[in-house]
Amino acid sequence: MTEQATGAPRPQPRPRHGGAQQPAPVEHVTGAQSLIRALEEVGADTVFGIPGGAILPAYDPMMDSGRVRHILVRHEQGAGHAATGYAQATGRVGVCMATSGPGATNLVTPIADAHMDSVPLVAITGQVASKAIGTDAFQEADICGITMPITKHNFLVTDPADIPRTIAEAFHIASTGRPGPVLVDIAKDALQARTTFAWPPVPDLPGYRPVTKPHAKQIREAAKLVVEARRPVLYVGGGVLKAGATGELKVLAELTGAPVTTTLMALGAFPDTHPQHLGMPGMHGTVAAVTALQKADLIVALGARFDDRVTGKLDSFAPHAKIVHADVDPAEIGKNRMADVPIVGDAREVIADLVVAVQAEHDAGRRGDHAAWWELLRRWRDTYPLGYDLPEDGSLSPQQVIERLGRLAPEGTVYAAGVGQHQMWAAHFIDYDRPATWLNSGGLGTMGYAVPAALGAKAGLPDRTVWAVDGDGCFQMTNQELVTAALNNIPIKVAIINNGALGMVRQWQTLFYNQRYSNTVLHAGPGEPGQTPQNLGTRCPDFVKLAEAMGCVGLRCERPEDLDTVIEKANAINDRPVVVDFIVHEDAMVWPMVAAGTSNDEVMAARGVRPDFGDGDD
Amino acid sequence: MSKHTLSVLVENKPGVLARITALFSRRGFNIDSLAVGTTEHPEISRITIVVNVEDLPLEQVTKQLNKLVNVLKIVELEPSAAVQRELVLVKVRADHETRSQVVEIVQLFRAKTVDVSPEAVTIEATGSSEKLEAMLRMLEQYGIKELVQSGTIAVGRGSRSITDRSLRALERSA
Repeated sequence: MTEQATGAPRPQPRPRHGGAQQPAPVEHVTGAQSLIRALEEVGADTVFGIPGGAILPAYDPMMDSGRVRHILVRHEQGAGHAATGYAQATGRVGVCMATSGPGATNLVTPIADAHMDSVPLVAITGQVASKAIGTDAFQEADICGITMPITKHNFLVTDPADIPRTIAEAFHIASTGRPGPVLVDIAKDALQARTTFAWPPVPDLPGYRPVTKPHAKQIREAAKLVVEARRPVLYVGGGVLKAGATGELKVLAELTGAPVTTTLMALGAFPDTHPQHLGMPGMHGTVAAVTALQKADLIVALGARFDDRVTGKLDSFAPHAKIVHADVDPAEIGKNRMADVPIVGDAREVIADLVVAVQAEHDAGRRGDHAAWWELLRRWRDTYPLGYDLPEDGSLSPQQVIERLGRLAPEGTVYAAGVGQHQMWAAHFIDYDRPATWLNSGGLGTMGYAVPAALGAKAGLPDRTVWAVDGDGCFQMTNQELVTAALNNIPIKVAIINNGALGMVRQWQTLFYNQRYSNTVLHAGPGEPGQTPQNLGTRCPDFVKLAEAMGCVGLRCERPEDLDTVIEKANAINDRPVVVDFIVHEDAMVWPMVAAGTSNDEVMAARGVRPDFGDGDD
Repeated sequence: MSKHTLSVLVENKPGVLARITALFSRRGFNIDSLAVGTTEHPEISRITIVVNVEDLPLEQVTKQLNKLVNVLKIVELEPSAAVQRELVLVKVRADHETRSQVVEIVQLFRAKTVDVSPEAVTIEATGSSEKLEAMLRMLEQYGIKELVQSGTIAVGRGSRSITDRSLRALERSA
């Protein structure tokens, strides 16, 4: 898909109530045909799903659609994450489809995931016939009730005449304001009944009016604080990527000269290689980024939400900082941290307006002097860079695997990570210089996200290389979607960072539970009391054989000297999905770290290494 | 903690009340009282919610409510600038000896006796929650057999309406 200078295309619903067009001819159709016609009109080119009884009528006209490609997944959770990966990589609305009951409930995890990470997603589910609703009918589940707290909005459609308008509204809600998932549950009889289809429908959303244009007075206030600050930090969140504001952000950063930190959700919003970039903040953020926020006198939060993984213990977060908080969702402002200057608006408009306002301050001779601040920042950055030790026994270091993967990948490669140590290392050791090249499950922390999300990203961006960086624990949750990838010619690449353990949980057991490794070993059973547990090494399951069984190429790498060769071999295969089983050292840990519930002042650069910030830094 | 009365105008559609009450429970906000009914516009319902929160959580309540797609408008009614009423129906033990005392209390509070039987009277009363509490305290000594209370409903004083025709064009408060 096309690249834009300012980043991923912004989520835009195709059909807009443009007003003056000719009235469209009325088509006489079934509800199911109306649904597929609406999906065509709204520009949904890819749907991930699985048919079943209640949604079956919709699958019949789907077969004839030349504009909607349906990708048959192996589990509805895969459909949901694939739609999310598609949306995060392309900036368009992702679409998944499932039947009633268990089909719908299997979508719950990816819907919750998309809700936490503000991903524009439309989930379409079949529902039992309207007369059977409420009777505990076969495969009946109240999916609207179930997803109420994890959707931006949801609809139950029982009248076929409502289908086109509901689909248009669902795409509009999902993609505007703060994006999010919308579920449309359609009763089977509404899909089967005869109705009419006309486009565009007239939307009826009197209570939905997202504010995107920031208030000029607030922008001026913010610009004033920016030029007055001696220790400013731009704290950039995922909202900047969603707004397609990366071009504007670079201008603002270079204009102010302020350091930039991008959250896990915002990697790629500001080039990792830019000299003003301090790295990621938070629990596993760089010492420089964590400390910069702690010592800052001004934090300009752009599309970020002061998540607990960023702030650590909230009471002691950034105690000296004034806060400028810009977000398209007013409820985020003041939710966790009071804002001195609240700005409600789309990040792109906010940053563009800020650039003008800061420039005006400069023109009036008011400009921040950050030389002393940068001296400190450079010292922290140079003293505590991200790094790792190679294992003494000559085994593979997981960090090195990920670092080499990033170095050898073609330009524009998209990475999708699971959740855990490998996710943090992929955030640390791969340079993200372009927007929408880093997909992960940030808010919900959904293990099993990587493979289906990579599938969805590759379906949306077939010309780009897509690497899933996964752990062996995560991989075993959703790897069946490799069959989907193989059969649908979606040649993703999967790097399994195989340490034979639930690595991040194991790390916590190492640090906080006296090295008692309760139920975190993946390659051995518990065994009988007093006996050595049966250990099948890192070959149970044998991921190479598993990959081959699913129609993929399976490779394995166990020695550092083979690393580049294996990665290059995987990069060269583009006709089938590739899975590489990297057998890595199990004791590697993610550093730096702020222990859960503690203050960011307690950041540890490495085990037992507390950075010395000296006195008088404030 | 302090009490705040919110008037929430919502689309009159199935499931909207569930969305609102679910939001309160999952965000950890407590509802003191809740009353729902239609307005002069059949497509709009009005929910009066009394919450017991500090000012900051109240701001979160309002902002989160505003994010619900079916919510049209939220107005906080200041007690000094609004009329607030509750309705109670209370069944009080009253025989031939005590009935006249009970009826006297009813008259004192400008309430109404709506049903009489040899052992009890049923009283209907409206008013602020303070007035109704005072009445119930007086009636307690005779024995309250059954009590049912409505949630608070409230309307701003003066000629201004929060549900006027231009509602759909109005900016939401918050």
